[in-house]
Amino acid sequence: MIGHLPLASFTGAIEFIFSPQESNVTGGKKVGGFDKSMELLIKHLEVTVLALAIALVIALPLGLYLGHRGKGEQLAVGLGNAGRAIPELAVIALVAVLIGVGLPNVAPVLAILGIPPILNNAYVGVSQVDRAAVDAARGIGMSETAIIRKVELPIAIPTVMGGIRSAAIAILATATIAPLAGVESLGDFILNRNVYGENGLLAGAILVALLALAIEGSLALLQRRLTSDGLKVKTA
Amino acid sequence: MGNPFVLAAGEVGGDFFKERDVGDLCQAQTQHVFCFDWARENIDRFEAPTVQHLEIVIPALVIGFVVAFALALLAHRTRWLQPPLLAATGILYTIPSIAFFFLLLPLTGLGRDTAIIVLSAYTLQIIYRNTILGLNNVPAAVKDAARGMGLTPRQILWKVELPLAIPEIIAGLRVAVVSTIAIATLAVLISAGGLGTEMYGSNLTFPTSIIIAGAIVMLMALAFDAILLLVQRLTTPWRRAARA
Amino acid sequence: MSEQTASSVRYEEATKRYPGASSPAVDELTLEVPAGEICVLVGPSGCGKTTAMRMVNRTVEISAGDVLVGDRSVRDREPAQLRREIGYVIQQIGLFPHRTISENIGAVPQLLGWKKERIRRRSGELLELIGLDPELGDRYPSQLSGGQQQRVGVARALAADPLVMLMDEPFGAIDPINRERLQNEFLRLQAEIRKTVLFVTHDIDEAIKMGDRIAVMREGGRVEQYATPAELLMAPANEFVEDFVGADRALKRLALMRVADIDLWEAPLAFVGQATGEVRAKLDSPAVEVPFPLLVDGERRPLGWLSERDLAADVVPGRPDSPLGPVLELDDVMRDALADLLQHETQYAPVIDRGGRIAGVLSVEIISEFLGSPEAKSDEHPAVERPHG
Repeated sequence: MIGHLPLASFTGAIEFIFSPQESNVTGGKKVGGFDKSMELLIKHLEVTVLALAIALVIALPLGLYLGHRGKGEQLAVGLGNAGRAIPELAVIALVAVLIGVGLPNVAPVLAILGIPPILNNAYVGVSQVDRAAVDAARGIGMSETAIIRKVELPIAIPTVMGGIRSAAIAILATATIAPLAGVESLGDFILNRNVYGENGLLAGAILVALLALAIEGSLALLQRRLTSDGLKVKTA
Repeated sequence: MGNPFVLAAGEVGGDFFKERDVGDLCQAQTQHVFCFDWARENIDRFEAPTVQHLEIVIPALVIGFVVAFALALLAHRTRWLQPPLLAATGILYTIPSIAFFFLLLPLTGLGRDTAIIVLSAYTLQIIYRNTILGLNNVPAAVKDAARGMGLTPRQILWKVELPLAIPEIIAGLRVAVVSTIAIATLAVLISAGGLGTEMYGSNLTFPTSIIIAGAIVMLMALAFDAILLLVQRLTTPWRRAARA
Repeated sequence: MSEQTASSVRYEEATKRYPGASSPAVDELTLEVPAGEICVLVGPSGCGKTTAMRMVNRTVEISAGDVLVGDRSVRDREPAQLRREIGYVIQQIGLFPHRTISENIGAVPQLLGWKKERIRRRSGELLELIGLDPELGDRYPSQLSGGQQQRVGVARALAADPLVMLMDEPFGAIDPINRERLQNEFLRLQAEIRKTVLFVTHDIDEAIKMGDRIAVMREGGRVEQYATPAELLMAPANEFVEDFVGADRALKRLALMRVADIDLWEAPLAFVGQATGEVRAKLDSPAVEVPFPLLVDGERRPLGWLSERDLAADVVPGRPDSPLGPVLELDDVMRDALADLLQHETQYAPVIDRGGRIAGVLSVEIISEFLGSPEAKSDEHPAVERPHG
């Protein structure tokens, strides 16, 4: 196995992303290239978005509802803490062995990693909304669901979005080892060393890092757009 | 496409089946979710990876804490540093550890050192942000009173601000500790050992080992979390008094 | 207690300029506060009163001019050392939430390196002085009510027996009933300890109640008038002061009123030989507005005011510590009554009926409140802006 790679390998890795390259294990065959990189990048995004969507559909309404009622703190916060302790490698490995490989099996399992932060932050965000604002909303005759949608959610946006960002990054990171359970992603470059070689290994790492930063950046921008100007003043 | 994990299994745990004759204990072991006979016979084999896991996690956390704490104190005194430091630690936090491991290969190579560097970089953001948060949450009136009573800036920091920031600092540490213990399983990918060695490799088809290793990871996280919670209780008696 | 318990404070053309501000926050302030007196700095928000106060302990640095505590310039002092000699009480109290009440009170002595035993004794003494159960010493601030917390704030400021106390709207965040009680407690305390106190407030009624002297300030820390409370009401130096104290034309109405026309305060009465415990209980009632009990004879004729020292005995003594001062009658014209208070430099006086029996207490504060009330103001006069706490 590879020990120290020379610093120059970064150049090789960047070339690998843009045009097919020979590598140390390919025996003269050229692998990688822009089309392949994009194909895997899009597949990586697909898994991530699908899993995040599943996590959102389950955790967001539940977290908002529990926060609104001020109930289930144990469940929401406890799950949030316990969720961080789950080793993603074990999860992916177990899915492959016990449930089966492929997207339909892996996406729901990746979603499980996204549920705790979303649930926890939705709960905390909504339960910390000033009760006076909620009382006022009730006082002017808003229904409970309208209170959640029009008062609590907008005020809790920074916290709620924080949870979604954590979930997105956790899912995206774990999608990197999804190839272990038969789902293609940028992780293929990293894990299939005897196909893509050292160049592919580093190229995969670079692409995963950039993708994570891009997703995080976009979600941060989205959060800014969604946050009312009235709430921005106090953020330090 | 072939089965990627078979291709990837490569060097790390390839000798697993040769070493341990699983078949004797659990016939048709792939159909067993959990093979108690094997677990009973082989529990010892988890000792070394557990120790290795701690040897990665503890130094990473100590380094992460010392650096993040120092950065937070620096940014507390030099306010304009707060946003750039938050952004910088945020980038380190966002880069998935698995990518980070391999990005460091040309610099630090395979092994434990790389794992420790990546994991401590990962913890910086959580600990830094919470320490700053804790320091910023100290009521202005308390600082004003302290200053007016003749505490020097150093005394205000160490006797007033930091003690009051303990709950936030420990909250950050708890998140960092639990996440780091879980993520350290990935260290197996760069031959740094740890409990990941019992989850990844040829034994991917043997769930009992994965389950035991996963359970040890989670128990370890739980134990560290409980210790930190206890430390917080002991160092902040005034918070319990407030609730009583 | 050491020989010197209070120092004078002297502002000499003290100026504070904030960078970027067009005009100084405090412009060449000159003011002398005699040792042992309460000087209230009062004025609308933004007039520089807090800035002026904070120059004394250098929590605001002086840009030009000087402030002397005793005869020493604060500019020559190391700030932390200086602050340990000056008590500091602020509106938000700022108790250390992570320290017990005793530790809070002992904070400055600890900085000064007192021995543990001495700090413990001092904390106990002060808890007693401010009327808190010594058992509360082991509690944390969050376990005390707002009023109790501010009592502790005052005790903490007094712990190292400071020469000067700075109090920045100390009772501003307390509900009105408790505020009244805390003000009275502090006045009783002050009668004992005789500290030099700089007291900042925007509430003219509080200023009149608490101050031996009042400096009415306006923007730039300019002192419009520096006088005793009664003088301020009788002879406001200019229209600003007149408006601020609400004296204006309503003052003239005082010439047409008699003492009987105004609601007097009920005096907390004490009888010779009565148990002092009973008297104290009466003082603690929220309805009581006069901080000191009035000693009367069997016919309820006033004999004198009881001091804290008188109350230290088991029973009320026959000869009170403090002289009676002026005595007013229900038939007196209000203006004359106020002049009487002014002349005697006192805040309040007992009022007797024709039979010489006590009818109530008249105070400068009552008059001030009356002058600020709508009934005292004529319609053609625009309402004076009176900031509320």
